[in-house]
Amino acid sequence: MAILTLTIDGEQLSANDDETLLEIARQHDIAIPTLCHLEGLSDVGSCRLCLVEIEGSQKLFPACTTRAQEGMVVRTKTERLQRNRRMIIELLASEGNHQCAVCVVNNHCELQNLAYEVGLTHTRYPYLYPKKRLDASHPDFIIDRNRCVLCTRCVRVCHEVEGAHVWDIAQRGIHCEIISDMDQPWGTSPSCTSCGKCVLVCPTGALIAKGENVAEMEKKTDFLKYIVTARVKREWINTDGEE
Amino acid sequence: MKPRVATVWLGGCSGCHMSFLDMDERLIELAGRMDLVYSPIADVKEFPRDVDVTLVEGAVTNDENEEMAHIIRRNSRFVVSFGDCAVSGNVTALRNGFDKEDVLRRAYVELADVDPQIPRDHPTIAELMAKARPLHEIIPVDAFLHGCPPTADQIWFAVSELLEGRMPAFSPVYLRYG
Ligand code: SF4
Ligand code: SF4
Ligand code: SF4
Ligand code: FES
Repeated sequence: MAILTLTIDGEQLSANDDETLLEIARQHDIAIPTLCHLEGLSDVGSCRLCLVEIEGSQKLFPACTTRAQEGMVVRTKTERLQRNRRMIIELLASEGNHQCAVCVVNNHCELQNLAYEVGLTHTRYPYLYPKKRLDASHPDFIIDRNRCVLCTRCVRVCHEVEGAHVWDIAQRGIHCEIISDMDQPWGTSPSCTSCGKCVLVCPTGALIAKGENVAEMEKKTDFLKYIVTARVKREWINTDGEE
Repeated sequence: MKPRVATVWLGGCSGCHMSFLDMDERLIELAGRMDLVYSPIADVKEFPRDVDVTLVEGAVTNDENEEMAHIIRRNSRFVVSFGDCAVSGNVTALRNGFDKEDVLRRAYVELADVDPQIPRDHPTIAELMAKARPLHEIIPVDAFLHGCPPTADQIWFAVSELLEGRMPAFSPVYLRYG
């Protein structure tokens, strides 16, 4: 591991060469919006919200999967990036079915927060109102694909942390959807341990617990920190908050 | 002359208008600063000409709404999408995943207590569109007021700004869905 220096938004910073631009930015309180990234899970760079500019290249790079290099000059808040981020949120809004007023996670939703962050007053793209499947066959949980943004956090947490690998993505392009096992009702899945991790990491109202009412459900993702630290460092974080 | 203001109720539940009335005593102040020239709460039959600001509640969900949207646009300087249904379709668009005929059958036949039949084929009955659409997909819209319904404070802020001739810039406090 080597130490290097780079510039983010005009600030000279030093970092380790195995750190991503997102990790470095967050250590220095430089805000970059993210959706598919979740600390404790592997990064896939799929939502493209964290795209940044790197001097010397016309291309944009996802901060969550790009490693720092010596002398890099990174910009995270240019007008072009802001425009792109708003466009991504508009596309997500128009290709799903989001009715916040009747959604279980209303006011506790990462998609909503991102929409506020990019100033989403309305969506310029025509709403597609696709027909999506809802599956309430699991005794404790529901997957409502109308609210799914295909971030794959559920896929990764179930595979990487729980080790059950219930979720996958089926189909291509606009028809992509999250499926359980061999595309069977979740309640019949022989591999699901009913641990509920997927529900907790889902950023939207797509995975929810049964019995929650409109605007009632708040997701907590800090459980990941305990599991990952225990696994990687072989030490347990004291649950009183002291490490 | 005081600014001429209209409010219109398209495919919505009237909740946005209820929230408008929730401005309580501020309505008295508003009444002094504007003329309400058309509204479900005023007995005016035809949408008038030369309106300065029109607040539109609800999605565009039938052919009557669509015709009205064009009349509004022709006769208003500022058109405001008033509430989430106008902005994104919201609850009115919950039906969009289903076939129009299935929706009508469900509402007027399967759930009817008496005389189940789909009302249609009469000039006074509006024809449901295949899908409910947000207002800005039908006509150009100048400002967007969110919420289901928008709170009285949001409406007060937006209307006050518009009456001063300013475009309401929605800070995160006022930009909220649901
Ligand atoms: S998932 Fe989020 S954005 Fe979608 S309807 Fe629910 S609260 Fe709104
Ligand atoms: S409840 Fe646990 S095991 Fe079941 S799908 Fe979700 S993460 Fe996987
Ligand atoms: S169900 Fe939730 S966690 Fe899974 S891909 Fe969809 S939005 Fe992401
Ligand atoms: S957070 Fe980096 S691409 Fe999604």
